[in-house]
Amino acid sequence: MNRPILDVKNLHIRYGGASTDAVRGVSFTLGRERLGIVGESGSGKSTVGRALLRLLPSARISADTMRFEDIDLLSLTEKQMLAVRGRRMSMILQDPKFSLNPIRKVGDQVAETYLRHFKCSRQEARDKAIAMLGAVKINDPDRVFEQYPHEISGGMGQRVMIAMMLLADPDVVIADEPTSALDVTVRLQVLNILDNLVRDRGIGLIMISHDLNLVRNFCDRVLIMYAGRVVETLAARDLDKAQHPYTRGLLAAQPRIGGARAPLAVLDRRPEWLEEVSR
Amino acid sequence: MSTRRLSMHGAAGQIGTILVTLLGLLVLTFIIGRMMPADPVRAIVGEDATRETYEQVFRSLGLDRPVWEQFIYYLGDVLTGNFGTSIRTGQPVIQDILHVMPATIELATFAILIGAGIGVPMGVIAAVNKDRWPDHVVRVLSLFGHSMPIFWTGMIALIVLYAKLGLVGGSGRMDQFYIGLVPETTGFLLIDSLLSGDLDVFWSAVNHLILPASLLGYSSSAYITRMTRSFMLDQLGQEYITTARVKGLSKHQTIWRHAFINIRVQLVTIVALAYGSLLEGAVLIETVFAWPGFGQYLTSNLIIGDMNAVMTCVLIVGVIFIALNLLSDVLYRLFDPRTR
Repeated sequence: MNRPILDVKNLHIRYGGASTDAVRGVSFTLGRERLGIVGESGSGKSTVGRALLRLLPSARISADTMRFEDIDLLSLTEKQMLAVRGRRMSMILQDPKFSLNPIRKVGDQVAETYLRHFKCSRQEARDKAIAMLGAVKINDPDRVFEQYPHEISGGMGQRVMIAMMLLADPDVVIADEPTSALDVTVRLQVLNILDNLVRDRGIGLIMISHDLNLVRNFCDRVLIMYAGRVVETLAARDLDKAQHPYTRGLLAAQPRIGGARAPLAVLDRRPEWLEEVSR
Repeated sequence: MSTRRLSMHGAAGQIGTILVTLLGLLVLTFIIGRMMPADPVRAIVGEDATRETYEQVFRSLGLDRPVWEQFIYYLGDVLTGNFGTSIRTGQPVIQDILHVMPATIELATFAILIGAGIGVPMGVIAAVNKDRWPDHVVRVLSLFGHSMPIFWTGMIALIVLYAKLGLVGGSGRMDQFYIGLVPETTGFLLIDSLLSGDLDVFWSAVNHLILPASLLGYSSSAYITRMTRSFMLDQLGQEYITTARVKGLSKHQTIWRHAFINIRVQLVTIVALAYGSLLEGAVLIETVFAWPGFGQYLTSNLIIGDMNAVMTCVLIVGVIFIALNLLSDVLYRLFDPRTR
């Protein structure tokens, strides 16, 4: 296999003022593939994503390795980091209702990514942005360019977000719960758009989610996180063969259409899970 | 099309609201006029007048009519621009007020420019550096601005900067020597002196204006700073700020291109209100600096019970605030696409 784009070893993250680490010794690699990180609220999955982009000003991040291509992410200055964010590595946030600036035109916000990273005229950035809005399957991108976030739907907002984050052609995209805030009916549509773009461009995708089925369908590999640790790593198609009792518990708690109408299984949490290391 | 009709409807509604507010304001000033212990008839006829004279004036003022009828008369007077005569000066009240207003507008305008010019950047700096030293410095400065009584700082500043160091002019709008040299065209001394080409008077006026305007400006900057800081903190915690950072924008770009433009509406509102209260009369500063402005005029008339003057002053203050509110509503629509 080629050399991975991202290589993280023994990552620890502690928020300012906290007495324990939010993330404890997480290691993984990412190639030109789609990696899912699954876990419950507070398991540290979003924290890992934000730490990769160094977006946690008050947190202390340490790791044996945190390498992106040839860049040591830990030793970059903030100024060098600015050239990485958006251009080489970007992140799709959860809810377009909050993640788009309410009083700036949608199109200007998309074009801003391009203007920030490439020397070009406003017109050029605008053309790029409109083409990208078309690529995320927005009909009539010229009109949408001029609209404000409150004038577009959630599904369209998230497509705008995807356009904004892919416009500068990054190598890695972190999608932090990209469809949790959307209507069930448009989730699949948005995910397919993201999936196609990521595959076509050979982007490494980290999909952070709590939705096992989504990760199973849209990822190649899955990390299962629990209490700040990776408890299990497996290929998405082998999810049913998971060994760890936590993963098995999660799978057992999934409702199935047409399944038995018995009460769903409840996770029986074991204290020893907190200390187990990924195998 | 439907949005345009909606905003037309909004404008009509707004005009309706303003009219109702104005009517309420007039009711209020009318009540003040009737309820005050000062007897308007006595004020005109004097203490030694006979009963007949008193009755005659009483009737000529319409005081024997029912109250609602008196209110209609008052309304008519106000609408035709008749605000009555000042007992003290014998001149129409409105003329006296037009004479003192420019002095206050001059002072208040410079004060608010200083106040917002200092307050807004300080608030932003404090918010961006929350809980670090710049924040602490700004908070201490604004606490001082809040808590020091302005008449005290005014006197201390006069003693130190004028009497001891002679850096600035003392009380009044210009040096004694220049009074009456410049013809009064607009009433704004800075403009009048420039119009007449008398630069000595202009610099004397600036010299006299700078200290009271700075003190007022500092005191309103305390409020503006605190509000700016909390508005900014609100915005900096929003998710769209993370988006801007993820795109690779620097801290500076994130603050000014994303967070700050989102607080413009709120800023305009509080700066407008601060300006309003400066216009209403920086009574204390005007007194300390012998500044012949609106605040002094209002207070001195309150004390001697010149009711026509007081009622008109209250009316003007009310109108100023209604106008400022209207202005900030208009700016809301300009700055925030969601309200269009």
